[in-house]
Amino acid sequence: MKSPAFDYVRAESVADAMSAYAAADGDAVYLSGGHSVMPSLALRLQAPALLIDLSNIAALSGISLDDGWLRIGAMTRHVQALNDPLIAVHAPLFAAAAPFVAHPAIRNRGTLGGSLAHADPASEFPAAAVAMQAELEIASSQGIRRVPADDFFVDIYETAIEPGEVLLAIHVPSPVAGQVIGFDEIARRRGDYAMVGAAVQAVSTDAGLEDVSIALFSVGNHPVRARKAQAALTGRAIDAAAIADAQAALEDDLNPPDDPQFPASMRLHLARVLLGRVLANLEAVA
Amino acid sequence: MMASTDHIGQSHRRENALRHLAGRGRFVTDLALPRMVHAAFVRSPMAKGKIVELDVTAAAAAPGVVRVFTAETLNPICAPWTGTLDHFAGMKSAPQNMLAEGQVLWAGHPVAMILAHSRAEAEDACELVLLDIEDEDAVVDGDAALVEGTPLVSDGIASNLCYRTVLETPGLEEAFSNAAHVVEGRFTFGRHTAVTLEPRAVVADFDPSTGQLTVHHGTQTPYQFQDVYAHQFGLPDNKVRVIAPDVGGSFGMKLHVYNEEMAVVAASITLGRPVRFVADRLESFVSDVHARDHRVSARMAMDAQGTILAMDVDDMTQIGAFSTYPRTSVAEGNQVIRLMGAPYTMPDYRGRLSVVFQNKVQTSQYRAVGHPIACAVTEALVDRAAEQLDLDPIEIRARNLVADDAYPHVSATGYQFEKLSHHAALAKLRQMMGYETLREEQAALRKQGIYRGIGIASFVEITNPGAAFYGVGGARVSAQDGAIVRLTPSGEVHCAISVTEQGQGTETIIAQVVADQLGVTPDQVKVTTGDTDTTPSGGATWACRGAGIGGETALRAGRRLQAQILAIAGAVLQAEPATLALAEGAVIDRATGQERITLAEIGRIATYRPDTLPEGCDNSLTAVQHFAPTGYPFDFTNGIQASHVEVDIETGVTRLLKHWVVEDCGRIINPLLVDAQIRGGVVQGLGPAFFEECMYDDMGQMTNASLADYLVPMAGEMPDIEIAHIETPTLDTILGAKGVGEAGTAAAGAAAMNAVNDALRPMGARISQTPMTPLRILTALGHV
Amino acid sequence: MKADITLTVNGEAVRETVEPRTSLADLLRDNLRLTGTHLGCEMGACGACLVLLDGVPVHACLVLAVQADGQKVETIEGLNESGQIEDLQKTFHDRNALQCGFCTNGMLMSAHALLAGNSDPSRDEIRDALSGNYCRCTGYEAIVDAISATAEHRLSAERRLSKMKGAQ
Repeated sequence: MKSPAFDYVRAESVADAMSAYAAADGDAVYLSGGHSVMPSLALRLQAPALLIDLSNIAALSGISLDDGWLRIGAMTRHVQALNDPLIAVHAPLFAAAAPFVAHPAIRNRGTLGGSLAHADPASEFPAAAVAMQAELEIASSQGIRRVPADDFFVDIYETAIEPGEVLLAIHVPSPVAGQVIGFDEIARRRGDYAMVGAAVQAVSTDAGLEDVSIALFSVGNHPVRARKAQAALTGRAIDAAAIADAQAALEDDLNPPDDPQFPASMRLHLARVLLGRVLANLEAVA
Repeated sequence: MMASTDHIGQSHRRENALRHLAGRGRFVTDLALPRMVHAAFVRSPMAKGKIVELDVTAAAAAPGVVRVFTAETLNPICAPWTGTLDHFAGMKSAPQNMLAEGQVLWAGHPVAMILAHSRAEAEDACELVLLDIEDEDAVVDGDAALVEGTPLVSDGIASNLCYRTVLETPGLEEAFSNAAHVVEGRFTFGRHTAVTLEPRAVVADFDPSTGQLTVHHGTQTPYQFQDVYAHQFGLPDNKVRVIAPDVGGSFGMKLHVYNEEMAVVAASITLGRPVRFVADRLESFVSDVHARDHRVSARMAMDAQGTILAMDVDDMTQIGAFSTYPRTSVAEGNQVIRLMGAPYTMPDYRGRLSVVFQNKVQTSQYRAVGHPIACAVTEALVDRAAEQLDLDPIEIRARNLVADDAYPHVSATGYQFEKLSHHAALAKLRQMMGYETLREEQAALRKQGIYRGIGIASFVEITNPGAAFYGVGGARVSAQDGAIVRLTPSGEVHCAISVTEQGQGTETIIAQVVADQLGVTPDQVKVTTGDTDTTPSGGATWACRGAGIGGETALRAGRRLQAQILAIAGAVLQAEPATLALAEGAVIDRATGQERITLAEIGRIATYRPDTLPEGCDNSLTAVQHFAPTGYPFDFTNGIQASHVEVDIETGVTRLLKHWVVEDCGRIINPLLVDAQIRGGVVQGLGPAFFEECMYDDMGQMTNASLADYLVPMAGEMPDIEIAHIETPTLDTILGAKGVGEAGTAAAGAAAMNAVNDALRPMGARISQTPMTPLRILTALGHV
Repeated sequence: MKADITLTVNGEAVRETVEPRTSLADLLRDNLRLTGTHLGCEMGACGACLVLLDGVPVHACLVLAVQADGQKVETIEGLNESGQIEDLQKTFHDRNALQCGFCTNGMLMSAHALLAGNSDPSRDEIRDALSGNYCRCTGYEAIVDAISATAEHRLSAERRLSKMKGAQ
């Protein structure tokens, strides 16, 4: 399990990184925390000519609040999602998801941006980003654009990031009054990828739930917005009947992959159970 | 003879643990020798096929590559090996070679070996080997393998059946026809594997100038490998030195002969320089032996009072493409059918065993060989019987366990038990776990929709095996051990012994035993293990023999040296040796306890001034002793375990709340280390009960062959384990110790399965397959 | 192309020339012969290779040696010699919280980091902190016990100290 040979460059700026990528004719891989890239190299699943280390680029780090949005640099480590006070308040689903992400030493090194760009369908942060309706800031040679999380996750391990582009930051809209969240997952062991997971955000009003946003993960090729379930909850108070309707709606929302080790029927069943539990335990954040 | 027992029975800490805590372990993986080259293997990507083309030209020319071997260039220097034994009458297996010849038989079968200056370069070159395999239909399922018309697993065999046998008492049929109740079940025990944290590792170093082969080998049985290497490579065994330094876990997995280790030795002999192979984790999954893989149909007959009359068992076990060498892949199934019903006064029995080939990695001996299968089947049927007769699981066991005063006892399968303590263990368990309170809590929680289960499993464990295990079948596997104990010129003690250390504390308990024979403290006894050049030959570590057999060897060697010391002391002091004894580092007067002369003084005189000893006085301060168990063929131990679980009936996820063990391993040499063995063993039983499984697709590809996908038990999911003991020493030895290394593993899974089924009982659901995954539990509950 | 790197390992400046593909673990083990850092899976699943990189535990198998250029690495050998984890080592020894010793480096790293951030962890928090450290031998309980005992010892030492200060 030794990596194939490659060259390495530590980029000092985003422009640096992108020009190194271009110079390698695209036979290059960006390295942030490296916790997905390194195993895939050790397994020889890929053999790029060049690794471009993004860790030294100032533009990719830092967490700041700006005009109702929290900007989280792509190089932000998982452990910061767990501990950072701004994330706790302004991107609470990242904070809620973080304890479920792998193990302490992995969290010290793995990055939020890396996790989102890797887009593993069973991983936690992408679903949290979708549920929070985050926007992803991507740099290309043409400039910088922001992509809503709903459009960012395209397929299994596939995102809106085009070859050579760099994910700069995650922008999360600050919670509004009455905002509630819930996050949970069912995994075989602590820190494992989820069998099924759920990230939920909504606004609790006198007229019931509004702006309901449900992202389920490990139920498809990318985080899945459960729009029928959202609709079933909108304008209603959280009670047993509302929860049951949301659970029932998942039948239409989800089309989980089928595998003898993990049948689609089991994923659907677990998604319903989990969604019910998360909805029953929504917590106020703002 | 008076012997102090100051240290036997005490929780001495392990001196060798201090090295590991300081980062100073000495593992084979850490070894770098001058001119050493690194091996990597090209492996078959398919489960079965014919090698059509193998072109290594590009690989041989790759940077850093020193040599490339194929079957044609490597296999001739090593005699093939065949994993059969005579006492398994009629068993068959094809001869094995280091590299696949013509046909590949499992996904992972080594085809070519590349030696390079670094492992990375060797792996680079592996990618340049052109290997064309014509795919053949793989045999992946044992039942299908036995169906007429199924292709053979390999061209080297005439049938996919490796071995079949039946044990039957004359009264079996009658017992079932007279039974008031019959319960039955079909059980599946998944394939799993050892996953030692240090993978298999070997550095072979052949010196052509002297003909000396030194193999640094992470194994539990260095003497066995000395013999294997000598025989397969045609070397005199005194020119083969096997050194097993610190070994990062073994558990039975590292005592089998593997293609890669043999190939590394062959390459070193050919090149005349050191060759290193360390399996990476991917290779471990497709080349280390796997374990279990049994399907069992079983029924149990009872009278109206719930007395067990008989069991009728049929075990089909799937072993891969070959039976392993030198201990075979039949030993486990053989133990499965012989251990069924072992704790109970069951008079009649039939056990059928079919051992079947398939195109997968070999399965073979792994911690608690056969025990978890026999225990889980027996205990599941006992629980089903209890349910049918409306008896409490404790009560039905109390009615059937062999009475503590009914020994010696011979089981229906022919095992002889010297003396066991099942009823005392049951009583202790019941009290320790607060059985009645737990039952009350269980009933109360059920009303709140919380489903907890309590599972109990009695067991016996085979320990201290004599030659009946392998030797009688023609295996060159030693059942005896040897020790050399010497007093140093300064009055300290050194013991070189053939039993080996993999962290269980062998060296510590040997020091304790020797110390008590010589009147010194254990830290004055330096123990050397794991080197065939510096320790006498012996069986080393397998089947729980280190304490019982190794300990007895050390005890007898220590007593022999004690007699020699007393003889010298008698000569020096002009006293009768019988009036003297050893204590606190000195020779004392046996009657008064008064110190007469220190051991340091004895050492000094015997070493530097032997001229001052009376004429004819033997100045030897070295004693050699070998010991082979006699009396019972095995020293059985017994115990009972209980598992407390909570099943989330909506998700199928099981939480392990607590585990209890009452164990009787005879004389306890070191309570700290005995409990450590039990706890580790329990978790090694719980792992495959809930998590561990080597999963294969229909093509014979293992689909979860990495540590990210194969789920080992981790700290977050494992329970705390409470332990109590009963001590029934064996009278076969002076020491009275039996083995304990496999007791935890033997029954943990059985207790857990009973606990899960106890939790599921209100829903009318039941599970009979391990691992008990959420999918299987949800399926049993009808949710999937 | 090989790269020249400079880093501090256990307080000593180290200059090495490495292939970019060389992992930090391989650099430590093969080049520097610091073999107390073990490799069990080479994909971040077993925790045997944990080292402190700029003070926090990371998997040395998932970091390239070139990435550690300019950084500070501490291995088990360094922690041992500095005396920082002497009490942990002692309770591990007393409780026999290791058998084969192959996971021990990683366990000590995780325990060290846990106790630095949580002086009074519950058993469940300890088990959670060890969730990425695989041990095949012990069944984990002894390790949990040892870490818990270390925390208790440190707390009672602190209490004694503050009492003494209070008395002054």
